[in-house]
Amino acid sequence: MAIKKENVSRRDFLKKSSMFAGGVVFVSLLNPFKVVYATKKPKGKGKWYGIAIDIEKCIGCGSCARACKTENNVPNEPFFFRNWVEQYTITNDEQVMVSSPNGGIDGFKQAVPDEDIYKTFFVPKMCNHCAKSPCTQVCPVGASFESPEGLALVDQNYCIGCGYCVQACPYGCRYIDPAKGVVDKCTLCYHRLQKDLDPACMMACPTGARIYGDLNDRDSAVSLFIKEYNCAVLKPQLNTDSKLYYYALSQEVH
Amino acid sequence: MPLQVKRLLIVFAILIGTMFALKYFLTPESWREFGPYRGNALKEIAAQEAKYIDTKTCAMCHDLIAELKNNGEHNSIQCENCHGPGYKHIDDQENNEMKIPKGREFCIRCHARNAARPLNIIKQIDATEHNIGEDCITCHNPHQPWL
Amino acid sequence: MNKLQNLYEALANVEGYIYPNEIALNWDLLIVMYPYITGLVAGAFILASLNRVFDIKALRPTYEISLLTALSFMLVATMPLISHLGQPFRFYEMLITPHLTSAMAIFGFVYIWYLMVVLLLEIWFDYRYDMVIWSEQKKGFMKFFYKALTLWVSDKSPESRKTDDKIGYFITVIGIPSAFLLHGYVGFIFGSLKANPWWSSVMMPVIFLFSAMVSGIALVMFIYMVINFIRRKKNDILCLDTIAKYLFYILILDFTLESLDQIHRIYEADESFDILKLLVHGKLFFTFFIMQIGVGTIFPLAVLGFFQFKQPSEKIRKILYLIVSSAVLIGIFFMRWNVVIGGQLFSKSFYGFTSYKVDLIGGKDVWLSLLWFIIPFFILAFLLWLLPPWKKAKHVEG
Repeated sequence: MAIKKENVSRRDFLKKSSMFAGGVVFVSLLNPFKVVYATKKPKGKGKWYGIAIDIEKCIGCGSCARACKTENNVPNEPFFFRNWVEQYTITNDEQVMVSSPNGGIDGFKQAVPDEDIYKTFFVPKMCNHCAKSPCTQVCPVGASFESPEGLALVDQNYCIGCGYCVQACPYGCRYIDPAKGVVDKCTLCYHRLQKDLDPACMMACPTGARIYGDLNDRDSAVSLFIKEYNCAVLKPQLNTDSKLYYYALSQEVH
Repeated sequence: MPLQVKRLLIVFAILIGTMFALKYFLTPESWREFGPYRGNALKEIAAQEAKYIDTKTCAMCHDLIAELKNNGEHNSIQCENCHGPGYKHIDDQENNEMKIPKGREFCIRCHARNAARPLNIIKQIDATEHNIGEDCITCHNPHQPWL
Repeated sequence: MNKLQNLYEALANVEGYIYPNEIALNWDLLIVMYPYITGLVAGAFILASLNRVFDIKALRPTYEISLLTALSFMLVATMPLISHLGQPFRFYEMLITPHLTSAMAIFGFVYIWYLMVVLLLEIWFDYRYDMVIWSEQKKGFMKFFYKALTLWVSDKSPESRKTDDKIGYFITVIGIPSAFLLHGYVGFIFGSLKANPWWSSVMMPVIFLFSAMVSGIALVMFIYMVINFIRRKKNDILCLDTIAKYLFYILILDFTLESLDQIHRIYEADESFDILKLLVHGKLFFTFFIMQIGVGTIFPLAVLGFFQFKQPSEKIRKILYLIVSSAVLIGIFFMRWNVVIGGQLFSKSFYGFTSYKVDLIGGKDVWLSLLWFIIPFFILAFLLWLLPPWKKAKHVEG
């Protein structure tokens, strides 16, 4: 072949590129393993909200999802939810079936006859308001952010609608509002909290399955609940530091 | 320094200068007030109107019904859970009537038998057998079902 | 409300269980085009630097073509992203207030670095002398235009040309890691999302990089042959053979890396494996096994591999090079498709699938994607008219 190799220029290239690579390594050594989470828990005595859900008390009435849609002007179509309820059914032959018809707003119909059911339960879902939230981490413009109270919020007047946070949320809690072209998600009714009102879903729950409060306050309802009951979070392997604690969570729930 | 490099440096200086100028003029106010986001966004989100008031507010006018409800099995349910949000109704009752749900469908959202519903928490009926065709409210007072 | 109708259709086609917000597939064909076009840029540039830095003389006829191809695609590389945004006119926020922990925000700067510092500068230094000559030959507006392009530097001395060459070489050396960075970075945008097991992989930037090189080299090969056909010039067969050889090597590397990624997944078989297996064997069967692996990898590997041992006549080789380069381009497109669309077809609950149907008639994303793929060819035609590589003065060794 007529390919001539000139060793001088190659050596030159290798030298230069290794200098470049060395520079990169040096810079990263100066600041080793700096965490790149978007937020850090603020020091001090401010509020730090957390949520607990008692699965054993959930009756799957969908009041929370309904109240949330009304309170927050969430589009009516069954593709946009800040808050929804899932029913898990595990049959005797170990099949796991999940359903959430219209987010549970219109009620549930059990398709499996009772005698075939091994185990069945409802799981209400909403934003986990993670302390190390993967969604706010990836927002390119800082329109998704974690408020000083530990709530993952969206600045809809600044959001560009790229959808990166929708992809980054492991729990499917974000959607793009088709009319506004921006992302929307649960705020734990930030506007109500600021007016000393309970979030709509917490208010609507008839059985007290939902609890929220200040995790910094060791005597708040949520702190006491987590202390008394052995709670778990969803997808703990992803290290999102979710602040939505479930009591009686089955391992089938993702 | 060769002439072409000098000229290029001028061009790059202009470009970088423009970039900084744009950054200066386009960065929104209250940026980085609390973190890398608009601090004003918190106020804007907080300014959203709350639609659900609470049972205490309802009871200021509807005290008898509220008392009836609070003494019955439905005491843990907020008025607006069934009647819809009351934020308009409190200011102008005539033009903003509350919902009064009456059908079977409404009640069985909670009370239909479902294996996932814990029996110790909610009473359930088999909607396909229990007094078919009748509205629940002919026998049960929704504010106190066993009255 | 065409979009909502599509969503209701998707809802009817959900298999198993999917989080309600996942029915809307947010990243559509436009986001498939984004890594595809960026990859073509990086690949074309790498081919140019093979000639310049590694001094592979047989590739000389494609040097300027690769650079101009890279530039034309680079100019539109961000357009699919921007036109996909829910609020396209807010895109500037990404540069004004970049959120430093976001991979996507930093991409804006990687893009600007690569476009301004690497591509434009390298082309400028390569053409500066010629633009001075052309500005002297032309009249009227074109004279002014070329003069403006040279930044009113009319130095034609051999020393200045040597300076151009030296700086150009230096930029190419910087350009190689930059091109790696550019496309590795696109891979990182996907690979860094821990929420999505189909994307989340350390291999992602490397795989994106090598598939980018494959696609860029195939594109330049294709364009080189088309240009010669239009100009009724003979293809330099040695050049084509050399490109084909490098295409073959890098394709092997690319295939190895991709296989490694898949083998690793299959052997590790973590919690997401069951759903990914169903995905690959079901919804992605055609695009993954037939298009990406069959058409895009096995077929070109077979043909190019055969040529390394036995060379049929020039005519047959040329025809096959044309076919192979198109096949590689199609294959890499489907590779991007499988990553972007495939990653959104399964639910993060691991219990089911949604569906995505390309709406050929009236689909906004399809028309825009086609537009963003065709415009670079017009830009390239313009650039070739403005800066014809075949009218360049002879190279001066630095």
